[in-house]
Amino acid sequence: MSFLEVKNLNISYPTRKETIVASKDVEFTLERGEILGIVGESGSGKSTIANAIIDLIDPPGEITSGSIKIDNDELRGNEELIQEIRGKKIGFVFQDPQTSLNPLFKIKDQLIETIQTHLNLDYKDALKKSIQLLEEVGIDNAEKRIEDYPHQFSGGMRQRVVIALAISCEPDLIIADEPTTALDVSIQHQILELLKDLTKKRNLGVIIITHDMGVIAETTDKVIVMRHGLIVEQGDTKELLTNPKSNEARSLVISVPPTNKKIDRFKLISPDGKEITSDSKNLTKNIIKTWGVRENKNQKLLDVISITKIFDDQSLVSNFSFGSKNESTEKVVKAVDNVSFELFEGETLGLVGESGSGKSTIAKIITGLVRPTTGEIFYNNLSLYNSKRKYQIDKSRGQVQMIFQDPYSSLNPRFKVRDIISEPIRLFQKNINTSELTQNLYDLIDIVGMSRQSLDRYPHEFSGGQRQRISIARALATRPRLLICDEPTSALDVSIQAQVLNLLKDIQDELHLAMLFISHDLPVIRQMCNRIVVLKNGVVCETKEGEELFNNPEHPYTQELIRLMPKIESII
Amino acid sequence: MLYKTFNKIYDTDIGYSFFNSKIAIISSTILFIIFLCSTFAGLVSPYNPFDPATVSLMDAFTPPSWSEGGSSSFLLGTDQQGRDMLSTIIYGSRISLIVGFASILFAMILGVFLGVTAGYIGGKYEIVVMRITDVQLTIPSILMALLVNGIAKSVISQSMHNDMAIYVLIFAIGISEWPQFARVSRASTLVEKNKEYVSASRIIGLSNILIMFKHILPNILRPLLVIATIGLALAIITESTLSFLGVGVPPTTPSLGTLIRFGNSFLFSGEWWITFFPAIFLIVLALSINLLGDWMRDALNPKLKIR
Amino acid sequence: MIVVAFVSFSLFNFVGDPVNSMTGIDASYERQAEVREILGLNDPVYIQFSRFLGNVIQGDFGISYQLKREVSDLIAERMPATLELVFVSALLAIITGVILGVYTGIHRDSFISNVILVVSLAGVSLPTFIIGIMLIYLFSVILGVLPSFGRGEVVQLGFWATGFLTPSGLKALILPSVTLSLFQMTYVIRLVRAEMMEILQTDYIKFARARGIKRNTINYKHALKNGLIPVITITGINIGTLIAFSIITETVFQWPGMGLLFINAVYFVDIPIMSAYMIMVAFIFVMINFIVDITYYFIDPRIRLKEEAG
Repeated sequence: MSFLEVKNLNISYPTRKETIVASKDVEFTLERGEILGIVGESGSGKSTIANAIIDLIDPPGEITSGSIKIDNDELRGNEELIQEIRGKKIGFVFQDPQTSLNPLFKIKDQLIETIQTHLNLDYKDALKKSIQLLEEVGIDNAEKRIEDYPHQFSGGMRQRVVIALAISCEPDLIIADEPTTALDVSIQHQILELLKDLTKKRNLGVIIITHDMGVIAETTDKVIVMRHGLIVEQGDTKELLTNPKSNEARSLVISVPPTNKKIDRFKLISPDGKEITSDSKNLTKNIIKTWGVRENKNQKLLDVISITKIFDDQSLVSNFSFGSKNESTEKVVKAVDNVSFELFEGETLGLVGESGSGKSTIAKIITGLVRPTTGEIFYNNLSLYNSKRKYQIDKSRGQVQMIFQDPYSSLNPRFKVRDIISEPIRLFQKNINTSELTQNLYDLIDIVGMSRQSLDRYPHEFSGGQRQRISIARALATRPRLLICDEPTSALDVSIQAQVLNLLKDIQDELHLAMLFISHDLPVIRQMCNRIVVLKNGVVCETKEGEELFNNPEHPYTQELIRLMPKIESII
Repeated sequence: MLYKTFNKIYDTDIGYSFFNSKIAIISSTILFIIFLCSTFAGLVSPYNPFDPATVSLMDAFTPPSWSEGGSSSFLLGTDQQGRDMLSTIIYGSRISLIVGFASILFAMILGVFLGVTAGYIGGKYEIVVMRITDVQLTIPSILMALLVNGIAKSVISQSMHNDMAIYVLIFAIGISEWPQFARVSRASTLVEKNKEYVSASRIIGLSNILIMFKHILPNILRPLLVIATIGLALAIITESTLSFLGVGVPPTTPSLGTLIRFGNSFLFSGEWWITFFPAIFLIVLALSINLLGDWMRDALNPKLKIR
Repeated sequence: MIVVAFVSFSLFNFVGDPVNSMTGIDASYERQAEVREILGLNDPVYIQFSRFLGNVIQGDFGISYQLKREVSDLIAERMPATLELVFVSALLAIITGVILGVYTGIHRDSFISNVILVVSLAGVSLPTFIIGIMLIYLFSVILGVLPSFGRGEVVQLGFWATGFLTPSGLKALILPSVTLSLFQMTYVIRLVRAEMMEILQTDYIKFARARGIKRNTINYKHALKNGLIPVITITGINIGTLIAFSIITETVFQWPGMGLLFINAVYFVDIPIMSAYMIMVAFIFVMINFIVDITYYFIDPRIRLKEEAG
């Protein structure tokens, strides 16, 4: 008899049009002291399973059949038992530490309340225990910090508090739903180590849900791969990652960007198991005709010199301060601090850093969305900002374009795809006639690998990956020479990411584009870039050629990043 | 062809919600009827109560046709001057609707323009506009409308009073309602401004005006529609309140509120129908609009999606 | 505040011709010039404004055109009536509103909730004056239980004439305050309900459930505390709206308060009263907003302690 036994679990969401099956015949077990990973792309049903165990599925979803047993006690249908177990035997950790804690209650109150709900302790003892818990999860100065409110903790600290709350009543099972996805790599590493530690010390059973294969490799003992609500493969982690048997698992494993070497293209597996080799050379012939042949002279395209950006941050207090409503407390935030680099034709320069490193701000400065406080930028030897710090858009004339991170907000939902892409074309070629315009549209939609019928549809009819392709088409519409990619695949599933990154590489090769690639994901940067700039808190730590950076990092921060990034190879 | 369009609408979330909500269907039907009646008042109502030739004091105080003393030629009875109630109500509702619609339209255009520009442009402009909005929001609309009305009255010479009264009223109510449009459009604009399609448009080089009104505006229409509907109900109520207080439309073109005022003096002496019917009509009108607005708010709210 | 004072001032001086109103249209030219001199209307604008401000601060609002009495006296007479009415209505609206709002927010689909919602919708759709008339008809005419106009007997406490201390005073208070509070009550109900529903869907509530905290505790401790914050802002705006709607209520019930005074002033274009009323009301609004801001500061820790420590 296992600690946790799930058999034949079926969950569905009846909607007015159809019934969506969130999970079908799911079956697995877990023992104490084991860490189980549930991995799958978005929509695979992994979160649903977790929620089902403690009966927290949002209506109209419901468990239609199956059994969930803990220590041989059946949970399904036993309301009383579930209420008792929640928090006491099973601890849950949600993804977003920002929203998991009630902002109006002190940490102390939230901890003590939880403890007193399940354990028979008086206030003093509960308080003592709470402080101990905070120390156990690694919060320094626990006695003082327990009096604080959630917003006074940083993201990583908050997640530790959440974990403290989850283990407060001595549960035997912890379920963590994407516990580190919202955190930076270094913090992610700490939290995962903490979880591994607690598992050993308290002999817990742990379920970690994630989409990150590196996390799976480094943290879990067993793994379940899910797709469309079904378990496609499960087993010992090392086994599965070295020798995936199902197509889906193979596709997942193979799409993960390698962390230890650079490959030319990401490998892709089609649904029937064969490898896909993309071939867009034919498609680009048309475009090259209209664009004109570009020679790659390797000249310097972009020159960023000593850019600094200071944001004036008016804290909330200013709006509510006694009496004078105009007093502003300025908190100075140096988002970018004296950053300089160069970009040459035809190369891909990577900007890598964690949140707060300033990489996105730099992109915005180059494209004129944000003004630099000091510093200069030259494009093709022309200054992009005049003496009044106003962006001279005519100097770059559509040659600098950008694709963004969030596929769901980068396309205007009220415009048809056709209109989204033709708008920039029309802006730059004012007198273009309809047939030429249509030809342009066809060329662009072909090169990004979408059907011509897509032109007449609306963005919401497409998936995330497809939307990114449309964004790329729009960016190419003005015939840019420099393409800035700001975390273009961070919001996409791993296999889709592989496809889109391959597409970007192809386009760059064929059209001789220079690319500025921004990401926090080191393996992706390694695959995409020739040279890399490492940023931390707005300051350049290191600028090096790609492979040399990974083989011979000099700056301590770079070394730490490389050391801490979750590597799928660690287990193979 | 019609069948196909019907199916297309039914398929959308909003269409489905509409046709499945009895309330929505009933209220919109009621509104539609009222709307038609008042537009074609001349054709629909049995008499023209404001044509002195058709009105005779002899008919005054006739009770409704189903009570004692009533006559079938005056379905709902007559008022103190012999005017047919049904007709006065139809004509009155026309005035109420006109003032309501016009003032909300005015408020919407003014508010949305200021709100969107404030949200997009930001800086000192935004601060100034928002301060004005905040200050005005603390002043309730009735008070605002009263004030504007009062000021206008003293500015415009006595003789022009009656002619200008309706315009003044529309202006007054409009001025009192624009802040909520401004506030909502600004908030929505701020949200949209941070979306990446706006950044993309800026990088392409589109002019700010184009971005504001071609890209952002269509995306913020949903909440605005809800506010407009509920604001319409409020405008109609405000207008009738002002008319009831005697500072609204001139007595020569009475709205429902004025009619209620007329009848109020006779309420206790037994001729209840002179106040009662206009009041019921006003209530039904406001209620239908509010119900529709309520349904709209729930139907257009992405967060409350419970299929 | 200054803005409002200036607007009142401009009203006072530039709108309409005060002299005409005071002396009658037929007065001779010389007489008008005389009055003009006495009123100081010939002085430059800024002197008139500062004189105006000075007067205001001392509580001197000038003399009513129509009633020929000191405006400040008029206001002092009427103020208690309005304030008592507004106070009772506010209390009624907020307390009932919050209770019903919380109930309908937590028990979303129960029959009682739906009934409450429908009634609340009626409250929003019915103009205040109609509610007033209906109530009068029902309780005064048909049932004869409550008075339909006036304040009943009042007891004089210093300069404040209160109706709280007499049975007839209290009786007279019932209908007008119910009328006045109905609109606000429904607004509060809907607001609180919307807030509660949204809060119950947040992550931190879900997390609390996952920790096994009892349903009732979650509803009435966690959700409620978060839900009350917007109610505070609304309360501030509420009082303002109540004062405005009191104008209507006072008219319907012939309640001798500031609102009735104001409405008559508008009708007769009695500028001093109008401008005085505006200033008084603006002052009350500003005070209330100020109090709301301070209350916010004490209730929401996110505003009080803005530092983010590691």
